[in-house]
Amino acid sequence: MMDPRARRRAKSRVMVALMGVTVVVAMLPLILILASLVLRGAQSLSPEFFVNRPAPVGELGGGVAHAILGTLMIVGTAALVAVPVGIAAGLYASEYRGTRMAQLTRFVADVLNGTPSIVVGILAWTWVVAVQGHFSAAAGSFALGLLMLPMVMRTTEELIKLVPNELRESALALGYPRWRTTFVVLRTALPGIVTGTLLAVARVSGETAPLLFTALGSEYFSFDLDRPMAALPLVVFKYATGPYPEWHQLAWTASLVLILVVFLLGVAARLATRQRL
Amino acid sequence: MNPRRRLSGGGRGDTVFKALLFLAASTIPALLIALVIELTRGARQAIDRFGAGFIFGSGWDPVAGTFGAWPAVFGTLLTSALALLLAVPLALGVAIYLTEFAPMRIRRPVATMIELLAAIPSVVYGLWGIFVMIPFLRTWVYPVLEARLGFLPFFAGPVYGPSVLSASLILTVMIIPFIMSVSREVLLAVPPGQREAALALGATRWEAVSTVIVPYAKSGILGAVILGLGRALGETMAVTMLIGNRHEIAASLFAPGYSMAAVIANEFADAAGGPLHESALIYLALILFGVTVIVNGAARLMIWRVARRGGAT
Repeated sequence: MMDPRARRRAKSRVMVALMGVTVVVAMLPLILILASLVLRGAQSLSPEFFVNRPAPVGELGGGVAHAILGTLMIVGTAALVAVPVGIAAGLYASEYRGTRMAQLTRFVADVLNGTPSIVVGILAWTWVVAVQGHFSAAAGSFALGLLMLPMVMRTTEELIKLVPNELRESALALGYPRWRTTFVVLRTALPGIVTGTLLAVARVSGETAPLLFTALGSEYFSFDLDRPMAALPLVVFKYATGPYPEWHQLAWTASLVLILVVFLLGVAARLATRQRL
Repeated sequence: MNPRRRLSGGGRGDTVFKALLFLAASTIPALLIALVIELTRGARQAIDRFGAGFIFGSGWDPVAGTFGAWPAVFGTLLTSALALLLAVPLALGVAIYLTEFAPMRIRRPVATMIELLAAIPSVVYGLWGIFVMIPFLRTWVYPVLEARLGFLPFFAGPVYGPSVLSASLILTVMIIPFIMSVSREVLLAVPPGQREAALALGATRWEAVSTVIVPYAKSGILGAVILGLGRALGETMAVTMLIGNRHEIAASLFAPGYSMAAVIANEFADAAGGPLHESALIYLALILFGVTVIVNGAARLMIWRVARRGGAT
């Protein structure tokens, strides 16, 4: 019979080792996914890929430039509207944090952050596509903007809360009105807010579901927000589920580009914080 | 201007500014209300026609105008439950290891790497699932499962690649980072005094975790798990690409199925069955929305409760 103390120690060691194993298991998919993306995606990563639109099946040299442009336009338009409103909402929730409205906004934003994006897409469809009678990039932007709004609001609020109260007190003591004080606070928290905003942009750049029935996708270059428009995630979906091997190859490369866009935004976000804090 | 009024912090600028911020903040609750109203309005026709029986009805035929959501509802619940079953032990293991046992140096980097998984777009998971995960599983894993456990109805053949099991496995990978990162935060908020007291009483490192730290963080961890459930329920693209998209319920996990979000993703852009089809799909979205609001609301309340208690001690 084993000494109970030794047995307890042994059990502890076994459990710690088991948890170490879970870390390896959890990291495995990340490594495998990134490896497949690089291995399969990089094969046809060429300059044409960033310049051309898809070639007809059977021909070489097709690209997804139209979708890169589309993603930039759709996400850019969404951010243009959603970011200022989100930041203002976050400022309200942190600068007037005791109020019932602040608490309500915070709670609802958390709930909305967990709402499936496809449901938000249906709202955009109802308000834009169904009213206009046709699919449009603007409807896609609207959907992505609605998704960004609660994300930006929550990060702004969390970061503004970190600003020490002494700063507000000094500004007020100098005779600043509340609104100018708020701008002083905002400037202090700005690098963090930039980070949060970039992360929100990165997250919606990969959104596919709400675009399926708003921006719809397209095979052509387009600058017209009132027409259907291509987007990288839509290209990946269409080509991955299509029948042709050339399409599958295109889907891998488009995915690699999409991941690079998302990760670069993430890295930019981290750099923005590091520089000034 | 009256100096006293200035001192009291008033001034027209402040009033206007506060009103502007208030207006911006009010868009968020307004968005929630708009979702409830518009989804209900859009689903009206299907609600009038099928009532609550929609949820438990089966048979989905846009041409004949029969819509029953049960196969999709069931598929959503089943895939999410399976994903939780697999993801929770893994994610908690990682969270505990990274807060309690791992060398200090690797804690942050490993956590950041696993959180990167959450940044990968859903459609990329779908692509990887179709071309890498499913071929691997069909060659190496599913045949073994069928041979060994095929006597159980849920591991009976024939084996399909796109199936309920494949969708559940990709969901597992996708929700691990969420559950891991929220439970890690909750565990980090456990006051060090708790851990030190347990160790000082002679507990081993594992005993300190299992008898003191985890029970202390219990309701926050539960919140993290429910948050993961919310993600799994609403996950759309990866499931659409891997579940096989068939409006049927099969006993076997190797058979194709459907989920609510996948039905909407596949059918909404050209709702071929006309207004009733469209309305049935919006009804489905309304149900999905209702479920995720309840699930997320519950999760947030639990996490807040722990955070507040952690702050007080």
